[in-house]
Amino acid sequence: MTTSPQLQIAPGPHLTDGLTIPKIMWWVSASLVPVYLWAIYCFGLRVLGLTLSGIVGAALGEWLVARLRRQQSTLADGSAVLSGLLLVGTLAPGLPLWMPAVGGFVGIVFGKMLFGGLGWNIFNPALVGRAFLMASFPLAMTTTWLAPRPGILLPPDAVTQASPLNVMQLEGVTRGAELLGLGPSYYAKLLVGLRSGSIGEISVLLILFGAALLLAKGIIKLYIPLAVIAGLTSCAFFSGAPLFHLLTGGLWFGAFYMATDYVTAPIMPAGQIVFGIGIGLLTGVIRLWGGYPEGICYAILIMNAVTPALNHWFRPKRPFAEVAPS
Amino acid sequence: MSEPEFKLPTPSARELLWRGFFSENPVFRLALSLCPAVAVTTTAKNGLLMGIAVLAVQVLSSFTVVCVRRWIHDKVRIPVYTIIIATWVTVIDMCCAALVPAVYAEIGLYIKLIVAFAIIISRLELFASQQPLGPSLVDGFAMGLGFAFAMVLIGSLREALGGGTFWGIALLPDRPLLFLLLPAGGFFTIGLLMAAMNWIDLWRGRRLPGSGGGHA
Repeated sequence: MTTSPQLQIAPGPHLTDGLTIPKIMWWVSASLVPVYLWAIYCFGLRVLGLTLSGIVGAALGEWLVARLRRQQSTLADGSAVLSGLLLVGTLAPGLPLWMPAVGGFVGIVFGKMLFGGLGWNIFNPALVGRAFLMASFPLAMTTTWLAPRPGILLPPDAVTQASPLNVMQLEGVTRGAELLGLGPSYYAKLLVGLRSGSIGEISVLLILFGAALLLAKGIIKLYIPLAVIAGLTSCAFFSGAPLFHLLTGGLWFGAFYMATDYVTAPIMPAGQIVFGIGIGLLTGVIRLWGGYPEGICYAILIMNAVTPALNHWFRPKRPFAEVAPS
Repeated sequence: MSEPEFKLPTPSARELLWRGFFSENPVFRLALSLCPAVAVTTTAKNGLLMGIAVLAVQVLSSFTVVCVRRWIHDKVRIPVYTIIIATWVTVIDMCCAALVPAVYAEIGLYIKLIVAFAIIISRLELFASQQPLGPSLVDGFAMGLGFAFAMVLIGSLREALGGGTFWGIALLPDRPLLFLLLPAGGFFTIGLLMAAMNWIDLWRGRRLPGSGGGHA
């Protein structure tokens, strides 16, 4: 830089806080480490394999498209790695090891790079990957939940167990509550994460720990997650077991890590609140009256599609001038 | 009404075939009739029958329009073209129902829909109404063949990758990518093939149709 800083004129924004894209991506990834370590502790080392598989698939997609388009690779900004990591968080721990790689690849290539790369995608790439896997391999995606066996890293045989929401869906609320043994001790288990479920979703406490880290760093704000939880709560009152619905499924993982994606969520707080409530309500509707036991993936994807409209409706007021009514 | 004057230069037969197959392929380049293209191409066989039906309707309609165009008033030409197409679609529909009942049972609905295919009426409007008989027939044939080619290509890919079979014969023990058999997978297949066509164009050293526009 040859000109003196006092004389330099540049377009805004002029205020920066040093949080660059790579920093954000690596901080989010780092905040997920306890969640994944817990999943490894519960389901064994194959979780590590699945995680690596998802990351490799996503990174390969990012690298390949950049290469085909003869653009500089954006692999180093960490967004593809994070997408792969988040995708694995939504998957059942008993999946074949190659499947997350396929999902990560498809999610990045079709969900992000074909729209123009980071910042241009309409849908959350990780959830695009999950939706693709769900459409392609419905059997594997819905039947490979493992029973948690803490501490056994290399279990000789996998014990599958329906996820709590599966039980609820199949048996109905009265019998489901009986089978699962709903009660304070069961809710404590859900809070700690001693249950079957997707890799990233089982421990509410560890997700909250990671989310607290992100909040402290100013990476996420509370508008969206709280709105998601509020939306689901209002639906869960009709379920007969509201606390159960709040503590299970991918609610916390989705609310704090998927719905808060900068690119696919609205910009203004008012829009974010509408976005979050929409996700929560849709999740509840799919869980209670839809065909799937869990619906947060599709709820977020649907609200992603609404985001441009929300950005249009909730535009910032100009700071110093009122726009004449048109 | 008198026979229209041929104002446009008449392309050669080779040029017309090339247009139908590649440079103006109805599905991959003009992006017409995508909805039925997605709906029927879950197997190569269905795609082929659909392609043949469109080919026949296109050639016969082009032929009819060339024969009767001198008596068609300009203001009512679109309804008249539609009636001509509908007549031939009815004929082809009945032929398909009689000759290939098994495949017809699956895609019969979409054969009737050929009446509303944009590709057919656009060839009548753009070509058969203002070119001599010979080239009009070649144009109809080329466009129909291009459509059939696209249908078979999409159908083969979706059947092989989505269902693990080809032409009804099992290639793989199970369905490798069920996604491709779903409608969304159909659009993905068409999009990827469009990209492949653009890539071939780039490789041949030509500019893309839409390059230069949009945000880079």
